[in-house]
Amino acid sequence: MKHLKWSVAAVALIGWGTLASATETLTMWYHGAGNEVESKIINQIITDFNASQADYAVELQSFPQAAYNDSVTAGALAGNLPDILDVDGPNMPNWAWAGYMQPLTIDESKIATFLPGTKGMYNGKLYSIGLWDAAISLVTRKSTLEALSLRTPTLEQPWTAEEFEAALKAAKDSGKYKYALDLGMAWKGEWYPYAFSPFLQSFGGDIVDRTTYASAEGALNGDAAQAWGKWWQHLFTDGYAQADQDGADRDNGFGAGEYAFSWNGNWAALGALKAFDDTLFLPAPDFGKGPKIGAASWQFGVSAKSAHPEGAAKFIEFALQDKYLADFSNGIGLIPATPSAAALVDNYKEGGPLAVFFGLSNAQGTLRPVTPGYVVQAKVFEKAANDIAHGANVAATLDAAVDEIDADITKNNGYAAQ
Amino acid sequence: MAQISQDNRGLRLVVRYTVLCLIAAIFSFPLIFMIISSLKPSSQLLADAHSFRALLPVGDISLQNYFDAFKRAPVALFVFNSVLVTGVTVIASLALCSAAAFAFTFVHWKGRDLALTVILATLIVPFETIAIPLLLESSKLPWIGAGGITWGWLNSYRVQIVPFIADGLTIYLFVQYFKDLPAELIEAARVEGASWFAIYRRIVMPLSGPVLATAAILKFLAMYNQYLWPIMVTQEEQYRPVMVGLQYFFQLNRAWGEIMAYLSLITVPVLAFYLYLQKAFIASIASTGVKG
Repeated sequence: MKHLKWSVAAVALIGWGTLASATETLTMWYHGAGNEVESKIINQIITDFNASQADYAVELQSFPQAAYNDSVTAGALAGNLPDILDVDGPNMPNWAWAGYMQPLTIDESKIATFLPGTKGMYNGKLYSIGLWDAAISLVTRKSTLEALSLRTPTLEQPWTAEEFEAALKAAKDSGKYKYALDLGMAWKGEWYPYAFSPFLQSFGGDIVDRTTYASAEGALNGDAAQAWGKWWQHLFTDGYAQADQDGADRDNGFGAGEYAFSWNGNWAALGALKAFDDTLFLPAPDFGKGPKIGAASWQFGVSAKSAHPEGAAKFIEFALQDKYLADFSNGIGLIPATPSAAALVDNYKEGGPLAVFFGLSNAQGTLRPVTPGYVVQAKVFEKAANDIAHGANVAATLDAAVDEIDADITKNNGYAAQ
Repeated sequence: MAQISQDNRGLRLVVRYTVLCLIAAIFSFPLIFMIISSLKPSSQLLADAHSFRALLPVGDISLQNYFDAFKRAPVALFVFNSVLVTGVTVIASLALCSAAAFAFTFVHWKGRDLALTVILATLIVPFETIAIPLLLESSKLPWIGAGGITWGWLNSYRVQIVPFIADGLTIYLFVQYFKDLPAELIEAARVEGASWFAIYRRIVMPLSGPVLATAAILKFLAMYNQYLWPIMVTQEEQYRPVMVGLQYFFQLNRAWGEIMAYLSLITVPVLAFYLYLQKAFIASIASTGVKG
């Protein structure tokens, strides 16, 4: 009898141990360290997920955004990647190509209504999905448009190139502003391709030829690109915008009345609304090939080295619930990925002060080139746009940029699958 | 004649002190701006940035930015990590590099000059070029701890310390300094039968205060300002140093007041360390011509 008791106890212990070890730990890296609101929401999602099932337990490691990409690259080199990663949309193809990420297997019917910019597709496969998107608008005031006798552009009928030019000229001639247009030249890095390459695309050019992704020839130095370059340069030479901007002017200039128009993202929209009760968020002008703004923000994906990709995908699918999309939007002001989530957010529901951004993202959002070479092309474009803004010869600068991009593509064997 | 000479001397003094005050002002402006700005709300900080008000504690002054900085990031942890990593590295580096320099200067052995040349040649190799090989190596090294043998040094203090203990510049500083010490002292000690280690410990090191201070300050600054290596090897927050922590404050809508508060906090250990060693540092510069 005594032996039986011990045997039962031993079996129970072994059984308990087996059950306990059945919970697999999934590690997750996220770029939001230092953002209290964002950290709180992501931690809540993880807590909810861990409590909702017994198969997996997600453990979070947050990184400051500026150090995140380098940390992931170092982690990949050292073979130390987590199961779940978040990735900035335009970087995803590079990480997929480099073998940091694997395709994301989630029920695609669940993302059918997601904004196009939130879906990270590469080579026909879904690699990442975003809980939000970001959008840019031309911020101004109703009173400014009235004072300058300008038509209010709409999504259906945005300003043409000529109308935009006339608006800048009217603002400059009024003498009321330090500069007619705040382009955010104080911000560097990804801001340039995100905010300014859509102008180039609206002219009909692009950073790289998207039909093949094998060259930038013709796309970045063809007639359309040359026209963009000349237009871009004249903004500075004609005194509509400043090529060098103080960070303080970027942060406070529009609110202080220094600019008639500001090219800025939805993350700064609440500040603009607070500054003026007649703030308007206008769509991008149409320079000939349709009005365009940048799309794709941070997204979740599964690392290539994950031993539990199904668990990682399960977590990501769990995070796609409208309530979490709404929480992120309420917390950090970004655009909820679905119309049903937008309806839960005061700022983005129909009639909400930022609802216009949902429409902008849906109608004008344009992905940056979906190629592994983008990480290099973005830097080349940034340098070219900056040089042209500072007076460099347009044709020579764009030709040089094309050469640099093409050399990188050649060096990487066309970024063919590894 | 004597009056003119007196006047000239007075004028020279006025000019000298004016120039020195101007230089002192130029160097102290950033520090004053940082500390004053850390007491202002971001909106006021930006509004004052283009005027002399930026250097004056006027307007809405409070310690709120400091409280907010501690809420945003584990500031005390980052400062502790940096001080620990820097402190251990500096002490270990002074011990190891001075011993190496001693061997290069006073002990005659085969291949000594070639070895020193190779070590000095590493001065021209930027860290960025060896960062990736070092990362690959560090991620596979063994370590014996409480839990037995583990593989990989990532996410630890040792990975931030060990690769930086020995370096060409510190060895070079010691070699240059040791060369100026009277050779007779060493020879006399050898004649008396002192061991090399006794000479190093009882004669050479007690005479090396200035170079120890210089090497310590240079190493301290290099280690305390580490950024690239820590972001490559510390995926876990608990091991991150202050410079990685600074990035916690660069969000989309930047809280400049908090950034200034954080910078003020992390500058304190550097200033304290420098002030502690200031006299020896200046004496070393005067004697060796080495600038920090």
